[in-house]
Amino acid sequence: MRNAGPVLAVLGLILALWYAGAVWLNAAWTYDQASRNGTEVTMALLLSDTMAQERPVLPPPHQVAGELWKGLTAWAPSSKKSLVYHGLVTLTATFWGFVFGTVLGCLMAVGIVRSRVIELGLMPWAVISQTIPVVALAPMIVVLSNTLGFGERIGVENQLVSKTIIAAYLSYFPVLVGMVKGLRAPDQMQLDLLKTYGASEIQTFRLLRLPSSMPYLFASLKVGIAASLVGAIVGELPTGAIEGLGARMLIGSQFGSPIIVWAALFAAAILAGVLVVVMAGVERLVLKKMGMAQ
Amino acid sequence: MKSSALALREGVIAVAGGVGLVVLAFLWARSSVGQIDAPQYGPGWSFWLMLAAAVLFAWDLSRLAIRRAPRLAQVLVPVLGGLFALGLWEVLTRAFEVPEVILPAPSAIWGAILANLDLLRDDFIQTVLKGAVTGYVMGAAAAVLVAVLVDRVPFLRRGLLPVGNFVSALPIVGIAPIMVMWFGFDWQSKAAVVVVMVFFPVLVNMVAGLAAADRMQRDLMETWGATPTQRLRYLSLPAAMPFLFNGLKIAATLALIGAIVAENFGSPTLGMGFRISTAVGQLALPLVWAEIAVAALAGSVFYGLVSAAERRVTFWHPSQRGK
Repeated sequence: MRNAGPVLAVLGLILALWYAGAVWLNAAWTYDQASRNGTEVTMALLLSDTMAQERPVLPPPHQVAGELWKGLTAWAPSSKKSLVYHGLVTLTATFWGFVFGTVLGCLMAVGIVRSRVIELGLMPWAVISQTIPVVALAPMIVVLSNTLGFGERIGVENQLVSKTIIAAYLSYFPVLVGMVKGLRAPDQMQLDLLKTYGASEIQTFRLLRLPSSMPYLFASLKVGIAASLVGAIVGELPTGAIEGLGARMLIGSQFGSPIIVWAALFAAAILAGVLVVVMAGVERLVLKKMGMAQ
Repeated sequence: MKSSALALREGVIAVAGGVGLVVLAFLWARSSVGQIDAPQYGPGWSFWLMLAAAVLFAWDLSRLAIRRAPRLAQVLVPVLGGLFALGLWEVLTRAFEVPEVILPAPSAIWGAILANLDLLRDDFIQTVLKGAVTGYVMGAAAAVLVAVLVDRVPFLRRGLLPVGNFVSALPIVGIAPIMVMWFGFDWQSKAAVVVVMVFFPVLVNMVAGLAAADRMQRDLMETWGATPTQRLRYLSLPAAMPFLFNGLKIAATLALIGAIVAENFGSPTLGMGFRISTAVGQLALPLVWAEIAVAALAGSVFYGLVSAAERRVTFWHPSQRGK
């Protein structure tokens, strides 16, 4: 809470800059209209007009907030106009991508900690996999999941499958790195102790390595779930999706209405914030239960 | 005694595995499994045997290398792993006669690369050099400048760190359609997306880095009567370098993503993202994979260059020593 003042100040500064930018960027349109009507642009008119244009270059914050509020509350959550609906579509892909990414990351981490061959053979490629722009793969993944019809077989949309794959691709890496660190966190003394107790590998793993990796795991999960959301949205952009927050951005850009794009962007930002906060809550609960809370 | 027996065993396994692999490969090539076995039956037993032998051989060779030549193994094992994956891909796509529409074999992709060199070069220049690299340099430079300015005002710094950290976790790629509206279809809009995506991770890391010099070092600069500029030059900036490069490395992977995503919202008939989406529509899958290969290579090289620069600049840092 020590930082509340400075944070608010910075947010205020950003808001002020935003309003100034909105006036500055939207002014061209106002002047254009005025010269067409042969009227003079007064300061008051400039300010009021740039704040309330139909298709502003940069919508001022209150317009975005209004659209966001409308999108969240004006329609029932099941309506295709509702941002809640689109948010849930994206959230579903985020969730599954996060689950698969986490499981994959944990499995790879266990392999890497157990075997030096796997570590040397896999780790550099895991790093390289993250330097590959996954969006380049996105259309391919869509084609693959459509052709193979994998989604139909398990009773979900192919679109969801491809989004899930992309989300998992982005979220497994932080988990992998965190878990490798975490599983190696116990020091030699603790490992020796378990050895003197005659603990088997599996017991050592279950009683020592796994519990001591938990703080690392949760730190990674918070990064991973944000990455997963980015993946789900990126997965909607190049794939011609019609549902989801990414699709809203696409639609907004196609119809040339920036306010929709901004509202979707902020809905995504809020969703990201909520996800990270929820994850932090789960972290506090689990660590407390395990007696590791600070 | 024990170690020499171990060495003997390792040697025997390695040699036997290698010979077995070669013999099996030879047999497999002679019988050409792909022709005999109809795809609905899949490849025959010799194929699976060979695959098993290859796995065992690669595994054993890696273990041998790790024990006998740990330094060599650092390079050998990843390369072996990569080659193995490529070989597996090639062999499996051929053995199961996977249609090119689903997954082309690496050799087909290589053929597409050779056949479309000019196209790939133009797309590379448009997306990577004009879009990603320009935006990366501008965004990173702007972030460093802002960080240096903010560092003078502790109040702002305390506020900016949490906000910047939060913004770094947001799906900023979403601004791509807005930037395309603002800056048009050509590379300027792509660079603009990259600027915004790169800005926050670099800013957050640089701000944290500039605050990294400890109390004692600051006091020392004070006793020497250093001016603020001197303190920045001789203490804060060098101390911030490990942090800066951390941000630059994160940003390097983001830059290409930004440039390619932005092309989905409108681009001239050029660029990797544009080519990939149109080629997918034409089912020219080897070309798509050729673009993906170039993108992967570009991304890895970009990251590698930043890492190499990091090693040169921050050679004194504990994480870089002994490398």
